[in-house]
Formats: sequence, C-alpha cells, structure tokens
Amino acid sequence: MVSTPAVEPEVVLRLTGITKRFGALTANDAISLDLRRGRVMALLGENGAGKTTLMNILFGHYVADAGHIEAFGQPLPPGSPKAALAAGICMVHQHFTLADNLSVLDNVILGTEPLWRFWTDRGRARRKLVSLAERFGLVVDPDASVGALSVGERQRVEILKALYRDARILILDEPTAVLTPQESERLFATLKLLTAEGLAIVFISHKMNEVMAASDNVGVLRGGRLVAVRRTAETNRGELAELMIGRTLKAPTVEPMAAGEPVLTLAGVTVKAGGGNGQGMLDAVDLKIRRHQIIGIAGVSGNGQSALADLVSGLIVPDAGLLEVLGNGIARTGPGAMVRCGVARIPEDRHATGLVGDMTVWENLIAERYRLPEFSRFGFLKRGAARQRAEGVIKDYDVRCPGPDAVSRLLSGGNMQKLILGRTLSYGPGLILANQPTRGLDVGAVAYVHERLLAARAGGAGILLISEDLDEILALSDQIAVIHRGRLSPPQPRSAVTIRQLGLAMAGHWTELSEVA
Amino acid sequence: MIADIADLLVSATFWAATLRIATPYILGTLGELVCERAGVLNLGIEGIMTLGAMAGWMAVHQGADLWTGVLIAALAGAVLGSLHAVLTVPLGLSQHVTGIGVTLLGTSLSYYVYRMVLPQVTTPPTIEPFQPFAIPVLSDIPVIGPALFSQTPLTYVALAAVAVVAWVLYRTPIGLAVRMVGENPAAAEAQGINVTAVRMGAVICGSALMAVGGAFLTLSAFNAFFFNMINGRGWICIALVVFASWRPGKALLGAVLFAAFDALQLRLQQIVGPALPYQVFLMLPYLLSILALVLMSRRAAYPRALMIPFRKGERH
Repeated sequence: MVSTPAVEPEVVLRLTGITKRFGALTANDAISLDLRRGRVMALLGENGAGKTTLMNILFGHYVADAGHIEAFGQPLPPGSPKAALAAGICMVHQHFTLADNLSVLDNVILGTEPLWRFWTDRGRARRKLVSLAERFGLVVDPDASVGALSVGERQRVEILKALYRDARILILDEPTAVLTPQESERLFATLKLLTAEGLAIVFISHKMNEVMAASDNVGVLRGGRLVAVRRTAETNRGELAELMIGRTLKAPTVEPMAAGEPVLTLAGVTVKAGGGNGQGMLDAVDLKIRRHQIIGIAGVSGNGQSALADLVSGLIVPDAGLLEVLGNGIARTGPGAMVRCGVARIPEDRHATGLVGDMTVWENLIAERYRLPEFSRFGFLKRGAARQRAEGVIKDYDVRCPGPDAVSRLLSGGNMQKLILGRTLSYGPGLILANQPTRGLDVGAVAYVHERLLAARAGGAGILLISEDLDEILALSDQIAVIHRGRLSPPQPRSAVTIRQLGLAMAGHWTELSEVA
Repeated sequence: MIADIADLLVSATFWAATLRIATPYILGTLGELVCERAGVLNLGIEGIMTLGAMAGWMAVHQGADLWTGVLIAALAGAVLGSLHAVLTVPLGLSQHVTGIGVTLLGTSLSYYVYRMVLPQVTTPPTIEPFQPFAIPVLSDIPVIGPALFSQTPLTYVALAAVAVVAWVLYRTPIGLAVRMVGENPAAAEAQGINVTAVRMGAVICGSALMAVGGAFLTLSAFNAFFFNMINGRGWICIALVVFASWRPGKALLGAVLFAAFDALQLRLQQIVGPALPYQVFLMLPYLLSILALVLMSRRAAYPRALMIPFRKGERH
C-alpha cells in the first residue's frame, strides 16, 4: 500500500493462506487479507468467485482446508460460529438467519446468555435492544413477529443482533440484494455510524456503484483467488470491472427498432389475492407489448410481479379485465395453451419451476412440448428426436454439460439458464416472459442472456422483462413501468427515467415517475 | 336424556375420570410437542409409550418400588428416543420412516422382553399400582376437590409437566434455543447454538415424557401389562400436538377435551342403552377430535423446520 503507515489503524482481522475445496472445485485459493479497525472493506467478485465461501470460513460455517485466521492478534479456532462470535465477529447473511414465527427480541437474544438458566432477563435485554436501535437509527418493534417485517426491517434486526453481541467485526453478505436504492442508502449511512464507533466491516457485493460509494478498501476475487486489493479512492469502476471478470465486457447495445403489432394486451386486469398475504394481487393493470419491444417491469419483489408472470404463463386467469396474447383473447387457459400459441417463458426460479433437477437435460428440454407430434407418437416418446434436439440446443446455446443424459441439477446456474433459453427461444416465440432472467448469474452469463434476449427482440418477439435489478431494466428496456402493491405505472421511455426516480416509484412514490410523463 | 348428560357434566366422578383418562395423553402430547418444537417429528411415540408401559411395570414386578418404575420407564423411553435422535439428527434420515421403525422396534421389543421374563404366564400378573392421593384441604372443595385433587400421583406429575414445559420453552434460554432450532436451524447455528445437541436433547427428553405417559397405564390406571395396551394413544398425541398449535397449555386443553369425549361415550352407552350400537359411541371421541382438529388447526403456525434435517456446512 502506498499510504503512510502512521495513520492506518491497527489490523483487527488477518486471514492467511485460506484454501477451501469442494470436490474438484477450488472455491478459495490461498487467500490472505487484512482488515483494519474502523474501515469498510468491500469484497468484490462474480458469483462463484468465492466471496461467500471465504466469509463462511471466517465465520466458522465451513472449515478451511488450509490457512488460518487471527482476530485481534489471537488465532481463531476453525469451524465454530460460536468461537467467531466470542471473538466479536458477526455475520449478516444474504438469506437472513431469522426465525419468522419468533419475535424480534427472541431472535436477538438467542445464544447471548448461558443456556442453562431458569429464566431470561427480558426486561434488561429489551432496554439494551431499544437503546442500540435508537443510537444507530435502526428502529424496529422488539415484540413484532419477524415474519411480519419488511425485508429492510429484517436486515435491521440482523444488524441489531450483531450490535447486541457487541460485534467489533461485521460481515455483510450481499446486503443490498433485496433493498430498494433508498433502503441501501440508509444502510450505508448506518455503516458510517458503525465505523465511527470503531467497528470493522466487510461487505460482499458484485455491484460496482455500491463498492465505490461505501468502502474504504476493496478486495477483488476471481475464480477463488484474491487478484487485487485497492484503496477505493485510488481505483475506478473500469479497473475493478476488469479485475473482477478478467477481461473487458461491452455493455449490451439496444438498437432502436420500430415496434410492430401487439403481442400482449392487458386491459384493467385484476387478480385478487394470489398469495395468502395479499401480495400476489394485481389491481386494474393496463399494459401493451408489441413486437420488437422490451418492456421492463421494475419493483421490489412481492408487489405483484409473480401474479403478472403467472398470468402470462397461463397459470392463473384474471378475475376481471381483458388479457390478449398474440391475438388470442384468453378466457380459460393453461400453460400448455400459452406455449402452443407462442409464449416463451423464463421462470423466476430455475430450481423450483424452471427445471426438474433430478431429470436429465433432454427430458427437461422437451418438458414443454413432449405431447406434441414432434416428440411423441401413439403415446410413446420419440427419444431419438428428443436427444437430437438436446444435442442441438447444447451446441447452439453453449450449455456446458457432459451430454443430453446429464442430470440437470448438476449444472451451474448459468448453464441451467442457457438450457431454459434453448428450450424456449429456439422456436421463435412471439412473446417472451423473462422473469428475473439473470438473478444469481455471473457477469459472463448475464451478458449471454442479454444478448439472446436482444436477438429475440430483433427476431420479432415482444419481451416482458421483470427484474429487481435496475441496471438490467435500464440497460435492456425500450419502456419501463414500475409495479407497486399490485398497481402498474404507465410505461415511460427508458431515456426519460433515472435510477433515482425508479427507486422512489418502487417505494410507492408514484408522483416522481408521473412528473416525467 | 339431556338432563342426564347435564348432570353428568357437573358430576365430580365424570371429571375425575376425564382427568385420569387424559393423563397419558397429556404426557405423550407434551413429549411429542417438545420433539416437534425442535424440528423433529417423532412417530416412534407409539413404540416408546409401549416400552415405557412395559419397562415401568416390569421393574415394579421384579421388586422395584413404583417411583423407581417410573424412573426406569423414563430411562427406557430416553434410550429408544436417543436411537430416533441419532438416526434423524446427525444422520439426517427421513423422520417418518425412522419413527415408524422406532415404533415397530419399541412395540415388538416390549413383547419380546415380556415373554422372555415371563414365558409361562397365561393371565397377566399384577402389581400393586399407585393409589389416589387426596391433597389435604384442596380435595375438600366441593366438585373440584374430588375431580382435581384426588388423583393418583402421576396425574399430578402430568399437570406439573405442562407448567414446566411451558416455562422452559418460553422463559428460559434453552427453551428459546429449542424453538429456534425448530424454526430456523441455520439461524440458531449462526448465533452459536449447537443445533445437533439441542435437537437430540429435545428428542430424548420428549421421549422420556412419552414413556412416562405409557407407564401411567401399567402403574396407575391398570395393574398389569398386556399386548396392544397403548392402542393408538400415541397417534392421538400426534394429532393433539397439531390441535394444540404446538403450545403446552393448549395441549393440556386438547388432551382433556379428548378424554372428556371418551369418558362421555362410556356414560352415554349406559344412558342411551341398546338403542344405538355401542360401536357408534366408541367412534365418538375420534370423530369429535377430527372435527376439533379441522376447526382448530387450519391456521396453526407449525415449526418451520419441522421434518427438515439440518446438515452443518452444506452448501446452500
């Protein structure tokens, strides 16, 4: 480092030569890292670069195959979250580790007292929690059941859990993945307060803008190796991006194109109570998608995106209003009818509804069409035709797998998504439902999916793009609409909206968006 | 006839019988509840209760005193429970299949041991069981006194167990840990809790409670051990846990309600006489339980991690 050592605060955490293998995969390869008091270190890297594995080793969820960890000059026993907690290390996991049916207070005090006692001093615990919450602006009701809290509030509970334990080193794993931009800003303000009190913070991210905004130092991981450590002030986004993916990637270019005839029309579509908590509903939604057009739907998850996607997939029918798909007025429908009339679906969750993990690649590939004459005759499967098609898709879509008979769940996320793209895009669909098409994929796979979607648009498809990733929405969409509590804003041209306006609209401040119109 | 039933419902003997019938259900339901709160379904309950009934009785028959018999029943339940715990918690096997295996093992082991020790007997030998113990002063209260406070000691134990389990679950750190591993074991582990130890401990303690419930039948309600004596009581307890929404207080309510139906049908057989086949009355408690279950448990918030094995360090 170039800095003058005199002003650097002391090292509180030192990782030396950490190596971890999962089977043939080396998730962490001899990583050494220092963390200093009162500083924020960002760990940047693609999915699968080894960030989360490294933090799980640090926190004792995994045991490293080699290397050791020192916290405050003392060696940290491996494989014990308890030891990590005792050393003042706390972790806020990407998927929150809270029990929904228990109260905030219960979640916070678990494990903070000796187990064998005949009572719990809840009064004292509550006072400590409330005073911490006030001091750091993390307001939350101690008696609320966690299941009733919003995602942002749950994250506050997670941070309070750490503070309650007098954490001195705080690890945040992809803390902003589920937050609106405003909630993220609030989180970063909290982090500033925490570092001012002397906490050291590691936060994991693959979002460049956050890393630039909120960190003092940044470590870049690629393929399990720590390829660089930089002072944030002395680097820039371009350099970090290159370090992260190891090559330069060009942003997707959306050629302007004249929109064609409508492929999807929703007029006053209302869906009542899809999920039990009323989050699944749609309220008088109007939307029109034409050929050669990508409409991006931005919004915080749980605001009606699932209902919209289920509607276009044919899984549910509107309770009121008109739904027209590729010229067919739809009254009673089903997923099969949608597929036959030319709708391609990229489902939100590849593991749950996209693929059957325990079935083979070729079986998954014909899952939408196995009853059509192409793949069956007299009630028998045409295995030859199916295999041949699988081989074609594997080749055309660059699906990295041992062959058509490989079991799907063994594929990486990116290759699963390529399989789904191949299953559905190669038929030249008129309407594509792309629901979170790149969630959890690394930068290379994201670029591939974007490329394919844009190619389909050029080929004449209209695309309904539902995504929580605003960068993705802004990069691909011709028009952007925001969904909030089941209501959909009128679509605006991409050039007319900013990320800030979208963020506010996602939080329900509609006027910000309609001022533009 | 209505008047007869009304008289019945205010009579001390009816409620005394109800509480007596309820005792094994209270203990069994509490035991199952403790297991399930920690995230482990224990279908071994039927076998564990059988083993408890046999072991407690056998100990007394071989010369131990009654309380030693209860202790031995609890130990036997804990041993069989620890088998279920080892198979389902560290090894992560299917809780359904393991539980049914434990039930088969517990039942047949009980018969086997019984036959081994007493190969020649045709009529079941008897012991001197627990006698009703009237609590001074309290048992003199009209109606309530004879109903509540003139029971055998194990019924008092069962009632006390409700309070103890409720206190432990909701008021102590270990209880919070038990609830947390049943809701979200990954969260508990991240807070420094040893999930495997807590789950195993809960299953073993719960199984001991179930076994004492079984022992009530041989040491208190009857004075002998015979085959099929548990007769599905364990399965009723599984349903009662759902009915109770996994809460000890409601478990007591459910057990008493079920027992009241059972006591009622016995009396109804006498009141109504041969107008209806007696099998209809035998069905009554089960039918009413199903009805109550439907009404009560539709909104039940079951422990989220129930039946989900937890493996440390697994990639998610």
